[in-house]
Amino acid sequence: MDGNRTTPILTRRHFIVTAATAAGGLMIGISAMPHLARAASVMGQPWNDDTAAAHEIDAWIVIDPDDSVLIRYQRSEMGQGSMTAVPMMLNEELQADWSKVRIEYASANRNHREKKIYGDQNSNSSRTINGSQVLVQKVGASARERLIAAAAAKWGVAATECASANSVVTHKPSGRTLRYGELAAAAATVKLDKEPAIKTPDQFTFIGKSQPRVDVVHKINGAAKFGMDAQVPGMVYAAVLQCPVPGGKLKSVDEAVVAGMPGNPVVVKLADAVAVAAEGTWWRARQALARLQPEWDVGEAGNTDSAQFFREYRAALDGPAKTARKQGDVDQAVPAGGKTFEAVYETPYLSHSPMEPLNATVHLQADRIDVWVGTQDAYEATEKVAKFAGLEAEQVYLHNSFVGGGFGRRDVSDEIAHAIAVAKVVKKPVKLIWSREEDTRHDKMRPMAVTRFKGVTGADGMPTALSIRTVAGSIVKAAGIPLPPNGVDFVAVAGLAGNGYASIPNVNVDYVMRDTHLPVWWWRAPGQNQNIFALESFIDEMATANGQDPYQFRRKMLAGKADWLAVLDAAAEKGDWGKPLPKGTGRGIAICDDAGSLCAQVAEVTVSPKGELKVNRVTVVMDTHYIVNPLSIAEQAEGSVIFGLSAALYGKIEVKNGVPVQGNFDTYRMVRLAQAPKIDVHLLASGGPKWGGAGEPAVPPLSGAVANAIFAATGKRIRSLPIMDHDLSGST
Amino acid sequence: MITLTVNGTQHQVDLEPDTPLLWAIRDAVGLTGTKFGCGIAQCGACTVHVNGQAMRSCSVPIGGLDGANVTTIEGLSPDSKHPVQAAWLAEDVPQCGWCQSGQIMAAVAFLKQNPAPTDADIDAGITNICRCGTYERLRRAIHRAADLMKA
Repeated sequence: MDGNRTTPILTRRHFIVTAATAAGGLMIGISAMPHLARAASVMGQPWNDDTAAAHEIDAWIVIDPDDSVLIRYQRSEMGQGSMTAVPMMLNEELQADWSKVRIEYASANRNHREKKIYGDQNSNSSRTINGSQVLVQKVGASARERLIAAAAAKWGVAATECASANSVVTHKPSGRTLRYGELAAAAATVKLDKEPAIKTPDQFTFIGKSQPRVDVVHKINGAAKFGMDAQVPGMVYAAVLQCPVPGGKLKSVDEAVVAGMPGNPVVVKLADAVAVAAEGTWWRARQALARLQPEWDVGEAGNTDSAQFFREYRAALDGPAKTARKQGDVDQAVPAGGKTFEAVYETPYLSHSPMEPLNATVHLQADRIDVWVGTQDAYEATEKVAKFAGLEAEQVYLHNSFVGGGFGRRDVSDEIAHAIAVAKVVKKPVKLIWSREEDTRHDKMRPMAVTRFKGVTGADGMPTALSIRTVAGSIVKAAGIPLPPNGVDFVAVAGLAGNGYASIPNVNVDYVMRDTHLPVWWWRAPGQNQNIFALESFIDEMATANGQDPYQFRRKMLAGKADWLAVLDAAAEKGDWGKPLPKGTGRGIAICDDAGSLCAQVAEVTVSPKGELKVNRVTVVMDTHYIVNPLSIAEQAEGSVIFGLSAALYGKIEVKNGVPVQGNFDTYRMVRLAQAPKIDVHLLASGGPKWGGAGEPAVPPLSGAVANAIFAATGKRIRSLPIMDHDLSGST
Repeated sequence: MITLTVNGTQHQVDLEPDTPLLWAIRDAVGLTGTKFGCGIAQCGACTVHVNGQAMRSCSVPIGGLDGANVTTIEGLSPDSKHPVQAAWLAEDVPQCGWCQSGQIMAAVAFLKQNPAPTDADIDAGITNICRCGTYERLRRAIHRAADLMKA
């Protein structure tokens, strides 16, 4: 922290621990074990107490005389591995000895004070690499050239005669060397005539080889500090109960009932919630909160339920719609020997449910606020904190922590708003924690959607027309992003208006915006996570009804698209497509593009005569165009499969009397080890102009691949999620 | 006043007897490696060892624990080199990491009962939730830990 007006117990600790790397294996088949070889480190507490270190080359890089290198990582680490991958990208240019590199979070406060020197700080939309690559390459290249210039000046030689590698600058003609640690002070003062060009992909020597994630060493011993782990002297604990019907208001609450309870509980009334702050433990706050019987003004929303929402969405399929894409004429006559298809697909609201429930710890003072939180966007959260607290952004010290799961949820800052509101009343540092039930029910949900497909296939069995209309909530509107002139929420139709199937001559994609009182937000692979289930299932319907192999059917539809076909073919090959299976077992395939990457999956499932479903295996092929850290990309693919599978098998938030029903993991079920399939991941890097993301693209194909596998095994078509709501008994 | 020995150190905990062990550990003892995930013993993020047994500490009131020996993730080994921790590191298991203290504590207790588990044993014996979906590596890490413990 800057300054010394607060003294958090969180001490600055450095953990230097040997970690792992994998040898080679850039392309297909990287699931091999990494071998312990290299060292790198990060602090268990990811932010530094003092961001103005003594030996800075610049705001990003500190090199100490002992050659240790500190790289500041500007975005968030929530398990996606970017705290390792982004510094790897920087080090591709810097050419420091990776074993001596430590990493910490860049300060959002400094970013505000120094004209956004770190650029954007968000980790969302799978774009941490995509959105950082050019910037951090420039930063690394500039530092390297300044280190070289400093060496050249010391030797009185031309910089062009010098080269750098592994934290050492060498004068090539004489063989003289200087270590980065010896050059850093001089390099910090060097002004280059012009900034160096960054490497092109053919010049990369460091990235592309697996490096163990630098955060993992602190996640096996309790050392990693998450937002909820902040401990501030004198802090009280706060629990919160929001209006059970989202959007409703607090009418009244009798505070007297908590009098005399342990921890001197204080009731704090908020516009849409009531909170209790107590001394000693969060449990005391929660116990006191449980005794309150608040009255709420829930409005008309209190009379709504899920069945009604789905009826209304279905009815809206026949109302006015906005056109997202139109090509050819979908209404032309069905060709001779052709077939027509129509199906409606439905997907429910979902909660993000990160394992660490939302929380924030704040210390509000007259001219300064400190916030400890795990956020996906430290810069934007800083701006919001300033607004909540009535301070300037420069007075906000936001200590971003390891993030206990985000998936799109952790950039709203509603939990921080609560904590600040409580702090204003109790005038003490406050650690506010949402219960799991609050976290689930007051999520900003994945929107529900009802999507109707009408398809025509010709005499050859291939599609000639596809008409899609989706009724869905608008994340774009919720986020305050202006809609494009066509009035279509581009997230709501993501994946429907294309998915590579450009070979269909006549296509309509329409959108009907429809929201309920439940707020919606970005949820891992927004739009795609439900649209690809529906689209890839409907494609399967047309294929199987025409007696065509679903894989070959897609191949024909993707004719001429080499990158798509490479991914699809690899998935079919690695997933043993076409190999014989026992009765009751089937394979399904699905493909999508998402976050600039391509992903195809083959799922193998078994359905017992009693209707019990087991997903045996999922094969993932992902083309991210470029690969920084194969290990963490594979991990993201594995995790995405499980994340997608929880949604596919169990995921639904229902509404009754306006209240989200599911509140905890007993009713909002998650895949556990017993349901976890074997997952094999194969990576492709096809190059090209775009760097693809890795956190999201393996989510969308999963539910379609599984549903298509169920059809292959049983002949039953899954047209709504979750799958647990379907009776599969007697089908095998 | 309830006496708890946590990772070998005795603590006098002045909290109500209905306080779940989790909050005594986090808020009174001040060890934050044990995590809150659900509060109803569903997810296992809060798993610790009480007198050698794995327990979901969010649902164990301290009133019945006077004199108990509690081991948290911080006390599992002095150097983070317990075979289960070593296996977790080698397999690069954690992603966000929030559930992993509990996963590790559950795995340590499980391996005591099942020193050479099959996949099916693991699936039945480890029921903690990982929202990031690290199960593939977690399963491998348990096998690896079993091998390390044999060696």
